[in-house]
Amino acid sequence: MRVAVIVFPGSNADVDMYNAVEDCMDVPVDYVWHNETDLSEYEVILIPGGFSYGDYLRCGAVARFSPIMEAVKKAAEEGKLVMGVCNGFQILLESGLLPGAMLRNTSLTYRCKLSSLKVANSETPFTNAYEQDEVIQIPIAHGEGNYYCEEETLARLTANNQIVFRYEGENPNGSLDNIAGITNERGNVLGMMPHPERAVHEWMTSADGRRMFTSIMTAWREKNGVTTYA
Amino acid sequence: MCKAIVYVTLRESVLDPQGHAVQGALHSLGFNGIKDARIGKYIELTLDTADRAEASAQVKEMCEKLLANTVIENYRFELVEE
Repeated sequence: MRVAVIVFPGSNADVDMYNAVEDCMDVPVDYVWHNETDLSEYEVILIPGGFSYGDYLRCGAVARFSPIMEAVKKAAEEGKLVMGVCNGFQILLESGLLPGAMLRNTSLTYRCKLSSLKVANSETPFTNAYEQDEVIQIPIAHGEGNYYCEEETLARLTANNQIVFRYEGENPNGSLDNIAGITNERGNVLGMMPHPERAVHEWMTSADGRRMFTSIMTAWREKNGVTTYA
Repeated sequence: MCKAIVYVTLRESVLDPQGHAVQGALHSLGFNGIKDARIGKYIELTLDTADRAEASAQVKEMCEKLLANTVIENYRFELVEE
């Protein structure tokens, strides 16, 4: 298995994401520049945080037209795992791979803090190592994480168990239904505002994000019938 | 040549945190008659065509594809002869 970390002009959490894959998954990982058009050799595609194209116009609005995004769409259609964090989530929304859109935080301020999340669905390829309803600590760092969608969309997300993370306690951005992360209907594309790649060692204040990466490994092994013997 | 003036605004059903803050600031300045404040974007595009029908079709496509996110925003535009 090979993992791709997509890099746009203005990405800034790409190194964190790359290091987290190396530290938690122990599989080959490559940076893939936004001008590339082929992701066929990758099983897992990670879209990191940052300020792609300076967040001009709207967060993720310009990045979604990067050449690599066609390959990301193709990978998603093939059932490969795609995870977008923070600006990566915004790009997935703008590209239509996930439903909804982002608004400015209701506080109008950039929030950078450790936040509590409740795992609302522990049966996704990204969260199978967590307990259902477990509360975990993952840092956030964003000014536009106020998730919004139409009522019908929210009803659909709820009915299909597509809401994966909700803020527990304080909602830092005013998102609808305290949403912090969602998947697509098929469950192979996940977007979340908090940064699990910044919580993979105890010295990072929390190591709760580590299990997202081990979940991906487990999901991949199950899908490919690989058994590991201790 | 013609110029397209594009206005992008948040849909009415969508809460506008910036507009809300501006409304509060105006209230605190003593402007009490404000029922609502909404903030949007104003975009000027200079097109190298004089054909209004063509320009209109092009700008509509630009709005749908990039300039507005129709999940949360509405758009309208005017064409002005240069």
